[in-house]
Amino acid sequence: MSEHTLSLLVDNQPGVLTRVTGLIARRGYNIESLSVDRTDDLAISRVTLVVGAEHTPLEQIKKQLHKLINVHKIYDLTNEDAIERELLLVRLRVSEKQRAEILEICKMFQAQIADANGDCLTIEASGNHERLAALEDMLRPYGIAEFARTGKIALSRCPTH
Amino acid sequence: MLASELLIQALEQAGVEVVFGIPGAQVLSLYDALSRSTRLRHILVRHEQAAAHAADGYARASGRVGVVLATSGPGATNTVTGVATAYMDSVPMVVICGQVPTTAIGTDAFQEADITTITLPITKHSYLVKDAALLQEIVEEAFYIAASGRPGPVLIDIPANIQATKVAARPARSCVRLASYRPTLKGNARQCRQAAELIRATARPLILAGGGVISSNAGKQLRELAELIAAPVANTLMAKAAFSPDSLLALGLVGMHGSPLTNNAVQESDLIIALGTRFSDRVTGDASRFAPQAKIIHIDIDPAEIGKNLRVDVPIVGDLATVLSSLLELLGDFQSPLREGWPPTQVAASSPQPSPSASLATETTWISPSEVFFALNHIAQGREMVYTTDVGQHQMWAAQLLQTSTERGFLSSGGLGTMGFGLPAALGAQIARPEACVLCISGDGSLQMNSQEMATAAINGLPLKVIVFDNRALGLVRQWQHFYYHDNYAHTALDAIPDFCSLAKAYHWQARTYQHHGDDATGITEALKWLLAQEGPALLNIPISRDELVLPMLARGGSLAEEVKHV
Ligand SMILES: Cc1ncc(C[n+]2csc(CCOP(=O)(O)OP(=O)(O)O)c2C)c(N)n1
Repeated sequence: MSEHTLSLLVDNQPGVLTRVTGLIARRGYNIESLSVDRTDDLAISRVTLVVGAEHTPLEQIKKQLHKLINVHKIYDLTNEDAIERELLLVRLRVSEKQRAEILEICKMFQAQIADANGDCLTIEASGNHERLAALEDMLRPYGIAEFARTGKIALSRCPTH
Repeated sequence: MLASELLIQALEQAGVEVVFGIPGAQVLSLYDALSRSTRLRHILVRHEQAAAHAADGYARASGRVGVVLATSGPGATNTVTGVATAYMDSVPMVVICGQVPTTAIGTDAFQEADITTITLPITKHSYLVKDAALLQEIVEEAFYIAASGRPGPVLIDIPANIQATKVAARPARSCVRLASYRPTLKGNARQCRQAAELIRATARPLILAGGGVISSNAGKQLRELAELIAAPVANTLMAKAAFSPDSLLALGLVGMHGSPLTNNAVQESDLIIALGTRFSDRVTGDASRFAPQAKIIHIDIDPAEIGKNLRVDVPIVGDLATVLSSLLELLGDFQSPLREGWPPTQVAASSPQPSPSASLATETTWISPSEVFFALNHIAQGREMVYTTDVGQHQMWAAQLLQTSTERGFLSSGGLGTMGFGLPAALGAQIARPEACVLCISGDGSLQMNSQEMATAAINGLPLKVIVFDNRALGLVRQWQHFYYHDNYAHTALDAIPDFCSLAKAYHWQARTYQHHGDDATGITEALKWLLAQEGPALLNIPISRDELVLPMLARGGSLAEEVKHV
């Protein structure tokens, strides 16, 4: 099973997300990640989702999604070198001694300290999936207290003229 | 005016002439407005499932959109089976439901059910109206979506307070446009040329006609193509009556209960021209072994059907009638060659086909179903017959044996296989086609799933006819138990209750039970003549043996060439 990234432009209305996710779930596929927000046009939302499926079922899912009246456009970014970003928030409890090491790691990943209080530190980082996974791996030994990560958002590359 | 009045006006403007429904607390305003309409007829059914099937039967028999009106909660949920039935068979329908007031939504208010969510997987589209100012646009869109492209049911859920809101009507839009919904009508020119090339090169072409032939009104083009290229025509259940059974090219029903002649022809064909069909498992048998020698041209209006169940060599997305017309043009100069042994129908025409029903019982106390159908075919000749069926053995016998090519003259629940469809569908069909003789072929199990609609027929003066094949059993399930569960007939006996004659009479129907006297064929002819001669609604109960089988029958998981072993 391979992962596919689909980017949909849909009506920004109640129930539309249920139509999209319900259709995929009904066919037995798991949505690995999902992110939704309005676009520059308030009436239109962009849904970026990652779904694990083979090629043929994916084609069928795309065709079925196209049939939803509220779905305007579908971009399959799977085989494209698209720009993909996720956001990560991670909270650690750290000793005085560890703090310096962690700040060093943050620097490497261009991560920010979003919040700090006593021994508690909240780090914010953005990047593609692999990059954030690498950061997570490096922070894990320090003991992760809380962790949140968005689904990916993606856009295809600027067209070359 | 009130939004409820606007809704009724919008229905009138959409050309609606009849609405099937039952009122309730959350549609009082709509019914109030409806009662003042001079153009809309309302048929008060006895169960909302029947309202949906009746609207479905109306739509199938006429090609127009069927309309249902139900109250919130149980009224709405009762329509679900009917909506699913229409969805599976691509029938245009608009279902209007009342809903609790917007302020009460989400509070588990009395008779609140989230019907738009419940019906998400079985509607083409749906609306929960939260702004009365949008109602007119929504109704126009709903009718457009239901009837265009691949037809299907659309649901509009209208909270009671929205119905009672004052709104301003604007002139009806002459055409609806939706940015995200534009069905393709014309076939791709290159693909049409490829299809024409394949047709020119084929030695054993076969046309597989599906329900799309009927929804696209493409019967004429189908006949022209079949005759031009001398291709035999096999039909799915949904395409029955789309092609004249009198033609030497007619192969009849394909698939699960198709004849060996038909199914073998598919397996031997080198080019399948599939028209408006979705290659359901009941049609293909084991899909990986379907028509192993054939290239496949698949024409369908729904792009998602192409390549869904089968590999396809030439896909054409478009409206069937339009695409077939272009194909016919491309093949204008085509002379079909004389082919040895093809079409197989011509070869078989001289030898009689085996009877499709067979009995495990040897007694002659019962009439065989095929005798009934032979007699019926004879009597029905020259009449405008519209048949509906329920689901079971009687449905399959009807599909195999009825000789009919009346346009939109065979209505059956194919995709969902809904018992209880036949009688309410007949009701809707009779309203769509008042001149036609509408005859529901039912079983004793199925009829009991919506028998209350006999009241609706009697009260509205609808002269439907019903034949019950009374085998005191859930016959088709029993048949599977015979073949696959060593005759362990678990819970498929219905016994001889009720007496259908008395039941029908209680609803002021004419009714008779057929008495069989051995081999005397005049008895059944006389009984059927009596049935069709009745002015009002009438029922003929025909007791048959419990041990009748629908044959042939494909082996489970087998290809079209593999029949179940008959024991
Ligand atoms: C609503 C519904 N419930 C159950 C079934 C499963 N089922 C298929 S055929 C059948 C038996 C139908 O019996 P009857 O109407 O008497 O017809 P027969 O097969 O005896 O001709 C049943 C129970 C169904 N198709 N639909």
